[in-house]
Amino acid sequence: MSLLEITDLTVRFGAKTVLDQVNLTVEPGERVGLIGESGSGKSLTALAAIGLLPDEAAAGGSVQVAGTELLGLRDRDFTGIRGEQVAMVFQEPLSALNPLMRVGKQIAEPLRLHRGLSRSKALAEAIDLARRVGLPDPADTVRAYPHQLSGGQRQRVGIAMALACKPGLLIADEPTTALDVTVQAEILDLLGKLVADQGSALLFITHDLAVLAKVVERVVVLSNGEVVETAPLEDILHDPQHEYTRELLRVARAETFLPPEVTT
Amino acid sequence: MSHRAPEYVPARPRRSAWRRRQAALRTVLAALVRRRSGVFGLVVFGLLVVAGLVSLAWTPFDPEATDVHSAWLLPLHGGHLLGTDRLGHDQFSQLLAGSRETLLTAVAAGVLAAVIGLVLALAAAMTPRRFGAVVVQLIDILIAFPVLLLAMILAAVYGGSTVTAIAAIGVGYGVVVARVARGEIASVRQTDYVLAAQAAGARTGRIVRKHVLPNIAPTLIVQLSLAMALAVLAEAALTYLGYGTSPSVPSWGGMLAEQQAYISARPLLVIWPGLAIAITVLGLNLLGDALRDASDPRLRGEVA
Repeated sequence: MSLLEITDLTVRFGAKTVLDQVNLTVEPGERVGLIGESGSGKSLTALAAIGLLPDEAAAGGSVQVAGTELLGLRDRDFTGIRGEQVAMVFQEPLSALNPLMRVGKQIAEPLRLHRGLSRSKALAEAIDLARRVGLPDPADTVRAYPHQLSGGQRQRVGIAMALACKPGLLIADEPTTALDVTVQAEILDLLGKLVADQGSALLFITHDLAVLAKVVERVVVLSNGEVVETAPLEDILHDPQHEYTRELLRVARAETFLPPEVTT
Repeated sequence: MSHRAPEYVPARPRRSAWRRRQAALRTVLAALVRRRSGVFGLVVFGLLVVAGLVSLAWTPFDPEATDVHSAWLLPLHGGHLLGTDRLGHDQFSQLLAGSRETLLTAVAAGVLAAVIGLVLALAAAMTPRRFGAVVVQLIDILIAFPVLLLAMILAAVYGGSTVTAIAAIGVGYGVVVARVARGEIASVRQTDYVLAAQAAGARTGRIVRKHVLPNIAPTLIVQLSLAMALAVLAEAALTYLGYGTSPSVPSWGGMLAEQQAYISARPLLVIWPGLAIAITVLGLNLLGDALRDASDPRLRGEVA
């Protein structure tokens, strides 16, 4: 049984169809990339996989996590799934952290929710997590507020929070887009390492093929709410079938390998 | 003004929650007293509290004692600082004693409005859309209902008193607070950190306690101070009309009602309570404004 199985997922906002018959599976321990331009429905697919589609979205089809159907599930029945079986890392590390809450408390939140740890035990665990995601001076850093950390450190907090309960599936929605290039590489390495250590599966969402190539094994290409191609990473890079995939590849090459022209 | 912008010093980690809260309070207070409006508001509110407390123990004359031999005295005559009215009531003593009623209404009605507003706003913004939409409609209908009319209905049923005035003002401004707070809650609910908390498995109750309430607190504090200012005004108006505090209890609205018949002969008698009401309302409004600026780190550095 697949860990995540999305079958014929269709999402509409009023008369507008934003996801059309999307199929996507993630096996335990597998690393899958979901790529497409902005507005192609990547983030919505991610939200569907954790049962957080907006209220006004009308969804059809099926989204199953470890055999549990998420569409139509009641709020209270999500408790054992969100944060425990599926967790998520967000794009903007600053806005994804409560500005008024110490980061240690935020890392500890899933532990308090799912493991029922006491305040002090959860804090000790949070310090340990902070160390594992490479935050400097973990014992001090957990007492900081989000605005006192750098962008890369904030994203490390986000990762620590998502991985706190060792979820089977980690969804990362453009986790490096808001960071500068050197920090991007560090965060990608960290994500890859932690996911491998824990044996978690990864659903990595991005618009940037160059980033994707560093972390995933298989790629799903999304365009205008439809899956246009699904293939192993090697095939996507060397033998893309769909015109849209080739276009993405061209763009990635242009950005990565060609310096901007200098005019004198 | 040549104040230097304050340097922003980030709170150092490794401090206890209590000390950090103290430090945050000091930051806000410091920003408050740097503003003229903040100082004015604090002084007015402080004077109101002091006047109310002092009047419990001491007033120059008994505010309710009638003395026909010293009626119609001008200010500073016969030991009466602000003069006396046709029954010889000492106006200064009445003002002091009346401040109790003003303070009580302002605080009680303000807090009631804040509580009603918060509960309605949460019901509108944190519940399923269909239920929330009904609550929003309810708020809009209640906003259209005049506070004075509500007070008159309550007074007609239960008899006019301070309590009915507080209830009417609290409900009347509570729905106004609710509309502001609903918008604020709705925007916090849209934030990524609420989404992240949901993704971590937090349910609605926890999200309200840990994420929504702390982040709307500054707005709520400002609304509270504005509701208090409006409550002072409404209490005076209701008492003046005879639907509020009973005439036997000294109050500023009651003084106005009493003296209005003699406004052309003794204009000062109307001016004292009128001035007291106007300054109090102005002070509370300015305090609210300054508090909003002081509690927002982005506005805190600027000097008004």
